[in-house]
Amino acid sequence: MQGSAIDSQAVVNYQAEVGHGHHGHPDYRVLGVIVFLIAEAMIFLGLFTAYLTFRAVAPTWPPEGTPELELLLPGVNTIILIGSSFVIHNADVAVKKNDVKGLQKWFGITAAMGAVFLVGQLYEYFHLEFGLKTNLFASTFYVLTGFHGLHVLFGLVLILGVLWRSLKPGHYSSSNHFGVEAAEIYWHFVDVVWIVLFILLYLLK
Amino acid sequence: MTQTLQEEATNTPAHGATEGKREWLKYISFSTDHKVIGIQYLVTSFIFYLVGGFLATLVRTELATPQSDFVSPDLYNGLFTVHATVMIFLWIVPAATGAFGNYLIPLLIGARDMAFPKLNAVAFWMIPPGGILLMSSFFFGAPGSGWTSYPPLSLVYNKVGEAIWILSVLILGTSSILGAVNFIVTILKMRAPGMVLNSMPLFCWAMLAASCLILLGTPVLAGALILLGFDLIVGTAFFNPTGGGDPVVYQHMFWFYSHPAVYIMILPVFGLISEILPVHSRKPIFGYKAIAYSSFAISFLGLIVWAHHMFTSGTPPWLRMFFMINTMIIAVPTGIKVFSWLATIWGGKLRLNSAMLFAMGFISMFVIGGISGVMVAAVPFDIHVHDTYFIVAHLHYVLFGGSVFGLYAGIYHWFPKMSGRMMNETLGRVHFILTLVGFNLCFLPMHKLGLEGMNRRIAEYDPKFATLNLVCSIGAYLLAVSTFPFIFNALWSIFKGEKAPSNPWGGLTFEWQTTSPPPHENFAIDPMLLIAPYEYGTEKAKEIIQAGPFLATAAATEA
Ligand SMILES: [Cu+2]
Repeated sequence: MQGSAIDSQAVVNYQAEVGHGHHGHPDYRVLGVIVFLIAEAMIFLGLFTAYLTFRAVAPTWPPEGTPELELLLPGVNTIILIGSSFVIHNADVAVKKNDVKGLQKWFGITAAMGAVFLVGQLYEYFHLEFGLKTNLFASTFYVLTGFHGLHVLFGLVLILGVLWRSLKPGHYSSSNHFGVEAAEIYWHFVDVVWIVLFILLYLLK
Repeated sequence: MTQTLQEEATNTPAHGATEGKREWLKYISFSTDHKVIGIQYLVTSFIFYLVGGFLATLVRTELATPQSDFVSPDLYNGLFTVHATVMIFLWIVPAATGAFGNYLIPLLIGARDMAFPKLNAVAFWMIPPGGILLMSSFFFGAPGSGWTSYPPLSLVYNKVGEAIWILSVLILGTSSILGAVNFIVTILKMRAPGMVLNSMPLFCWAMLAASCLILLGTPVLAGALILLGFDLIVGTAFFNPTGGGDPVVYQHMFWFYSHPAVYIMILPVFGLISEILPVHSRKPIFGYKAIAYSSFAISFLGLIVWAHHMFTSGTPPWLRMFFMINTMIIAVPTGIKVFSWLATIWGGKLRLNSAMLFAMGFISMFVIGGISGVMVAAVPFDIHVHDTYFIVAHLHYVLFGGSVFGLYAGIYHWFPKMSGRMMNETLGRVHFILTLVGFNLCFLPMHKLGLEGMNRRIAEYDPKFATLNLVCSIGAYLLAVSTFPFIFNALWSIFKGEKAPSNPWGGLTFEWQTTSPPPHENFAIDPMLLIAPYEYGTEKAKEIIQAGPFLATAAATEA
């Protein structure tokens, strides 16, 4: 019954390969990063659902006396972050052509855009008329954007780390660029989370 | 420093002449060998099991009499809270997934190690600090709101201990997530040639299903604990009704993880049982695909039943019906497994050794917990027994009668492989009988106590419950005593036990085709699937078992 479950083609392929006798295995790190990001996504999903439940249960939302949120600065910030996702993709294209200079240029621009986003967010924090403990909306606002901001910061550190390593000649090439891919995937993830966050906190009335 | 020690140590053959005294050092080093890590998990979690058991003994001592006369009520709250946290996060989860997952998966699928060995070591080394942190809470007023830590109680009671509890569970949860990433990638990508999903050993299916639950559930718990931490430390009001927050949201987030957590603790053990039964029954497993796929059915359903813990938390009636029906449906895939196991041992040439006794004890005890599980899934019944000893009885039949019996079965079954020595069978049987009797003496009467209305998590109770409680406490002491023959057996066998052959039980899976213990990187030649894992009793199986460990020596390639 289960004998049929054995893939005979794979056995044949294996027998052809076994002569090489090396014990390494292909690089699964990118898959590992993606699987890990599923867990990350679940934290945000949990926090978003909590936020939506607070909204649904509260008699008025946002609670009375919450000042209106200014849209201009976070709007610009959103455009910067979404734009950076396109910029970082160029780096991936560059490294696949063995163009390390291009990689450095595009990663440098992405890092700058990420830094601008973080500074913009801090600026917003200091100019908001409510604090962490003002009311339930304020608390969720700061915790959600803050938790996301930490992820942007971590993404920025990853990008700078890749930049630092790329200074060593030959560290990244078209065949060996896990760090570049990991940083890019992570950056896209942070970007998508921000879009959902922006809709939930700023646009949803 | 440790790095070099480890490299030296892992490169020494396990039983070489130059073995020396440094061999044991690798078990306290940052080793990246999955076998070392598996044993590190097993020993660490077993030590925490003893700690949790000690706390349980203190709880039962307090409950031996109706008065609160042994410890202060405050300390009592800390004892049962930390007992549950230790048993769940530091014993069953790390033992079932970390220990057996890490030790067995690469061996079962014919890989030389896990996909990410360093990440694996990092995940393990988060366990001891997380555990010690939790234990340290006793110096600051232990967390006393139960392992569920429901706000608003948890926000006002023993706050320092509570903060330590949150931090510790966050650390242990992160470790569990990192482990799950490793298991998923390893099982999906590193199987030996010829092994498709439908020909991998059933433990791998179970671990895949459990890892998915860890990946989807644990982060939501982390989210809940982050918010709880803000409420506790900063003074926000996410879960605090006085500030406009909603404690029920915490309950939803908590149980979104903690119901699946039951399956994180039981699915890997289901997998162990599916490996052990066919070997000691000398029969092919009955219903391979049914057992394999039912793990995923359980995982999926397990994600949509959480509010059955909240039938008395103001959950609307229509929603209660949804969660009640889903919960009852889980009995179907679980029943499929149980009947497949029974059909596997039916008419087999049973070997009633310690591993098999514990495996069969597992089935019988787990079924009792499963049946009381369907009972408490029914809304009207649950409203009656909510927060009573009936729940305590139910959960211990699942987590002790199920998980712990299964873990013991696993230890007896794979001890020869892990240590290269056989365990003593007589002591094993004594251990089994003491455990079975002690367990039932301790937990069976709790069903009746609960039905009669004795509340859980209280140090003082109505004197009319005194007799049965005394019986429970005697059972608990017997359970405590039952671990001594096991500990003695394990320690004695490691040093003085009879040398184990590579395949003491006549198993067909890859781990039995290499030496005991397996060498560094597991196999002398690259494994290839010759026979599906459970074809016991066939001519081909007999040939393979008689030929000896075909993966142990390079010469075997030529044959
Ligand atoms: Cu449940």
